Amino acid sequence: MLEITNLACSRGDRQLFEGLNFSLEPGSLLYVEGRNGTGKSTLLRTICGLFLADGGEILWNGESPQSLAEDYTKEVVYLGHHNGIKDDLTGLENLRISTVLDGDDVTEGQIWDALKKMGLKGFEDLPTKVLSQGQKRRVALARLLLNSSKLWILDEPFTALDVAAVDLLQAVIAEHINSGGMVVLTTHQEVALTSGQIQRLELGKKKKKNA
Amino acid sequence: MRDLTLAMRRRTDVLTTLFFFIIVVSLFPLGAGTEKMILMKIAPGVAWVAALLASMLALERLFASDFADGTLEQLLLTPQPLFILVLGKIFAHWLLTGLPLVFIAPLVGLQYYLPDDAVLTMMLALLLGTPVLSLIGAIGAALTLGLRGGGILLSLLILPLYIPIMIYGAGVVSASATGATDLQAYFSILSGFLILALILSPIATAAALRISVE
Repeated sequence: MLEITNLACSRGDRQLFEGLNFSLEPGSLLYVEGRNGTGKSTLLRTICGLFLADGGEILWNGESPQSLAEDYTKEVVYLGHHNGIKDDLTGLENLRISTVLDGDDVTEGQIWDALKKMGLKGFEDLPTKVLSQGQKRRVALARLLLNSSKLWILDEPFTALDVAAVDLLQAVIAEHINSGGMVVLTTHQEVALTSGQIQRLELGKKKKKNA
Repeated sequence: MRDLTLAMRRRTDVLTTLFFFIIVVSLFPLGAGTEKMILMKIAPGVAWVAALLASMLALERLFASDFADGTLEQLLLTPQPLFILVLGKIFAHWLLTGLPLVFIAPLVGLQYYLPDDAVLTMMLALLLGTPVLSLIGAIGAALTLGLRGGGILLSLLILPLYIPIMIYGAGVVSASATGATDLQAYFSILSGFLILALILSPIATAAALRISVE
């Protein structure tokens, strides 16, 4: 379970948000909404520990990420604006490296399956620099299929994806939620969920609604 | 795991550094004339200055491309100790920029009329010294990550720190070329630098990376 109390962040001299509170239980999804520049990405980066908050507390199962260190990063997958894949390597190699680094025990076959499921059949062995923007995004998203982490932090995961891929990703997210995972995401698209709890957090207006 | 990081590097980078070193080293005999005494005297200094510059050349790219495509963020978020990851990256950098210089050293010796003993000494000194260059350089590379004009800042930051290694590295070669036999002290100091850098640099680099990514 992820708990955020009284979180405050600023960039430069500008206060992005303060007094932010929410908690996320297994099997629930949090939409972070807000206009451009209201701190959505910063919030996401703060949760995964890439950005240092000015104040407030982040707790994962009652403990702070700093004290959990590697036990926390194991539970978190972050996908930001950058795809985090190497252009010179093939999709296959990219995924192999990221799964090894994530400490997940994944077989070669599972990587092939994940790429196939993301609609990249026939592109597995090509350097990702020859792939299109959307295809690169798919490679990055294939990581989600191979990961055993509980908390997914996705910053605009639907950008550059076509309709089919958006549907696919929605299904993947729904499945993760159903199996007790947690997702925090920023997006302008709705994810059709069959079960689980959906929360909304609107930045820039300092209020929270539960749906 | 470290081998994987290694595979991520592009091959052309290695050759660039190597040829840079060879060309810089070759320029001096062409410019300073081929007088044996002069060349023998300046050889250690020239070789080390060239080694410093060659190692600088590739430093900027140590973290920059990872930073640009987001893989650095992912590295920070992996459940692996950052210390080890950073050490792996530095080791890869050294394998590709430092180690080739060690093997090319006899070529320098040939151009500068160095005696065989001195060439061996130079190879050993480079073997001990170049990892230190990579280790110290990594701190600078991490600190200047994402800054505009980071390359120049990096040189200003790092080159002064390279000076001690160059002094002792070149010193030992000079001593050996003039026939001194007791070189133990020089090598002890170089090894000392290496051990110190090996322990402290990855910690400092890891901390600097966290700041830079923020």
